[in-house]
Amino acid sequence: MIAWKIGGEQGEGIDSTGDVLATVANRMGYFVYGYKHFSSRIKGGHTTYKVRIANRRVEAAIEKTDILVALNQDTIDKHSHEVNGGLILADSAFKPVLPEHIRATLIPLPLTEIAKSHGSVVMRNMVSVGASAALLNLPAEPFLSYIESKFGRKGPEIVKANQDALMDGFNRVKDEYGQVSQLTLENPVPGDRLVITGNDAIALGAIAGGCRIMCGYPITPATDIMESLIKWFPLVGGTVVQMEDELGSMSACIGAGYAGARSMTATSGPGFSLMQEGLGLAMMAEIPVVVVDTQRSGPSTGMPTKQEQSDLLSMIIGGHGDGARVVLTPSTLEESFEDGHEAFNIADALQTPVIIATDLSLALWSQSIDRADLNGPAVQIDRGPILSGEDLQKLGEEVFLRYQITETGVSPRTLPGSLGGQYLATGVEHQVNGKVSEDPTNRVKMMEKRLQKLEGIHAMRQGVKWEGPEDADLVLLGIGATVGAMREAKDALAAEGHRVAISWLRTLSPFPVEHFQNAFKKAKKVLLVEQNATSQVGLLMRAAGVYDDNRISTTLKYDGVQFFPSEIIDAARPLLETYAEVTQ
Amino acid sequence: MATLQDFKTAEKSWWCPGCGDFGVLAAMQKALVAVGAEPSTTAIVAGIGCSGKLGNYINSYNIHVTHGRTLPAAMGMKLANRDLLVLAAGGDGDAYAIGMGHFMHALRRNVNVTYIVMDNHVYGLTKGQTSPTSESGFKTKTTPKGSIDRPVHPLMLAVSAGATFVAQGFSSWQPQLARLIQQGIEHPGFSLINVISPCVTYNKVNTYDWYKKSLTNLEEDPSYNPHSRTEALARLDATDELVCGLIYKEESVPYEDQVPGFREEPLVHQNWNVDSETWNQILANFD
Ligand SMILES: Cc1ncc(C[n+]2csc(CCOP(=O)(O)OP(=O)(O)O)c2C)c(N)n1
Ligand code: SF4
Ligand SMILES: [Mg+2]
Repeated sequence: MIAWKIGGEQGEGIDSTGDVLATVANRMGYFVYGYKHFSSRIKGGHTTYKVRIANRRVEAAIEKTDILVALNQDTIDKHSHEVNGGLILADSAFKPVLPEHIRATLIPLPLTEIAKSHGSVVMRNMVSVGASAALLNLPAEPFLSYIESKFGRKGPEIVKANQDALMDGFNRVKDEYGQVSQLTLENPVPGDRLVITGNDAIALGAIAGGCRIMCGYPITPATDIMESLIKWFPLVGGTVVQMEDELGSMSACIGAGYAGARSMTATSGPGFSLMQEGLGLAMMAEIPVVVVDTQRSGPSTGMPTKQEQSDLLSMIIGGHGDGARVVLTPSTLEESFEDGHEAFNIADALQTPVIIATDLSLALWSQSIDRADLNGPAVQIDRGPILSGEDLQKLGEEVFLRYQITETGVSPRTLPGSLGGQYLATGVEHQVNGKVSEDPTNRVKMMEKRLQKLEGIHAMRQGVKWEGPEDADLVLLGIGATVGAMREAKDALAAEGHRVAISWLRTLSPFPVEHFQNAFKKAKKVLLVEQNATSQVGLLMRAAGVYDDNRISTTLKYDGVQFFPSEIIDAARPLLETYAEVTQ
Repeated sequence: MATLQDFKTAEKSWWCPGCGDFGVLAAMQKALVAVGAEPSTTAIVAGIGCSGKLGNYINSYNIHVTHGRTLPAAMGMKLANRDLLVLAAGGDGDAYAIGMGHFMHALRRNVNVTYIVMDNHVYGLTKGQTSPTSESGFKTKTTPKGSIDRPVHPLMLAVSAGATFVAQGFSSWQPQLARLIQQGIEHPGFSLINVISPCVTYNKVNTYDWYKKSLTNLEEDPSYNPHSRTEALARLDATDELVCGLIYKEESVPYEDQVPGFREEPLVHQNWNVDSETWNQILANFD
């Protein structure tokens, strides 16, 4: 397993360099995990891109770096401490200096100059990739064919210039620093894998799940969902509307949902606050709609490019009134894809808003995923109980009652256009026929109906996931991107002989009490790992009556940096040790 | 063919006797019949306010949304099912205060939706507060010494924001109002019909009589050209927007006709399963 990192000024081609390396390594059969450090600036400002390359799944950030590519001195100053005993490839153009206390091998190469000699400074990314490939002891060939496939359309000159630039970087390292790198990667594991982000996975899920209208307002880190759908919708006849704000986004989705389309919006904290108003309407009028909250650090503008999981309560109990909503939480790319389509089936089945609670790190960082796990054409679309025009005809003299009381709380709906199915959907309390009413008995009946429906979710999906021994000495419990770091921590502790398991929630609301109790029956100790300051998952567990003070400890992180496996290991160790003491 | 009766519901109306909203409702129903609409393919989005009760009295698919959000909801509905005839209706507060942001953008987005604003220059439902269209000096519970704010000019705003159809009617002038709504529905794009709809309970200044004296009818002025933006703005400015009739109209291709790859067949009727070829085309972005 190798960790490679590039650093420089934002807007200097850092992203493309990392993307090429990650994509080619993935094509070669390696698993990659690529993540960035960025700020809300377009040009300028320090930025880095790190790629972990391994022959097994990687889904966490780590502190250590084996190869650092520095496009400026700032990168060396800020990151060389990560490179303990490793290599630093630096553009000789800025006359790199290694701080005295740093133990690393500095490899100065005229990256900019080489790029210019091939036609443009822009090709510095290719020179850097070529030099990195040589340091990683990877063959150049897969990189050359990548360039061919990506730039082929731009003409043979462009392809050749890029390939030459890459080879120049590659050969300069081989010729001048042939023996300097002892780094070797394990053998690759051939497979048909793609490199995608969690946002991509949700957008792919949505399109596979029949979403054909997306109304949103740009906000980091959710915007990619909108931008991907804009690219793909013309292929399937859908549309994205960039709205004037999130109030409008939500209302537009409600209008489309009422009409029978599968509509979604995607936002982050500040936008989600504006959507609370509309969510109330969708719950009251029982209109299906899907909302993605890609959490970032708040409150307010907070740190918009930094990781956090602090909108959970806002998603679950935020807003006015006793709202009936479902909140799903994916923790892997596969689950992001799954929730991306399942959310629509759930929204249609339960006729209520479904919120997908994801987070910045899961949403933005790229990982390898098996193509087979993204099987869009196999996704089942179930539109829930709908009365067609024909069904309505069969009702004969009977009047259609939109909000009829049923066993499950879900009442069949009609879609505009169906003859005889006209009804009023209103945010005002109403009777079974949709007409408004403030009658106390009716109110209670309707409130209970809306809340009752939600329980249906637990039969539709497993609310709690588990990996590792059932009776583990310690269970790491978390959600979102944290789960990747938990998995790596668990593997490391298991390698030391500890019996550690991980568990994560798939349904956040309504809380899957029974699933949770079943899963945790034999667990001895639990370490709740949360990326927020107030332990919001802990609060949910307390509310659900599954928080056992004797068993549960908590580790919280709210500095904006995603959890490293090492931090989870550090938090876990004392718990494992006390357990060992007790059993002695 | 649907008749007037088909667009009525059994619901007893809630409005104060004499409220202008009765006339708006009647004109809307007439216009629907005139364009050959059917209740099952008509969808109405109503806002919050006395005006927003309108949806209760028209037999059609109806959604009664939150205060100020009629336009995005109407847009969503139209894009979801472009075979529907979509109308939005609400008060002056709904439109020009809490909904102002949506109003401006709906105008320039130009989705084929007809918007009827029931303008009484006051907040009716909340029992008489000043509204964005209230005149300066208007005394209400929230402006006991008279409103200091200057009123918005929704029609001038609309014309300059990129509207493709702008009209104003008066709830007492039924035939004209019904005709304007009909023209709005037939217009292929967003149409705004601001309707003077007096509140007999909370607005004792802008009364029926006051309007009858103050309004001029553009249809009686053969020299008026509703296809000129500058002329429209000049006339609105000169009359302080106290005009009725078609104010401005231009050639229009609605939003939904311009979305790349958007189909004639309504979204709701399409097969949503993605075929393997399309899917692989999408996944090609990632390897
Ligand atoms: C978000 C929100 N804020 C405030 C209200 C209270 N409210 C209801 S109707 C209304 C104003 C109504 O005025 P207008 O839109 O002119 O309608 P009218 O009653 O005059 O027809 C207000 C402020 C509300 N329902 N929702
Ligand atoms: S208060 Fe005014 S607007 Fe409301 S119903 Fe009465 S007259 Fe009409
Ligand atoms: Mg009003």
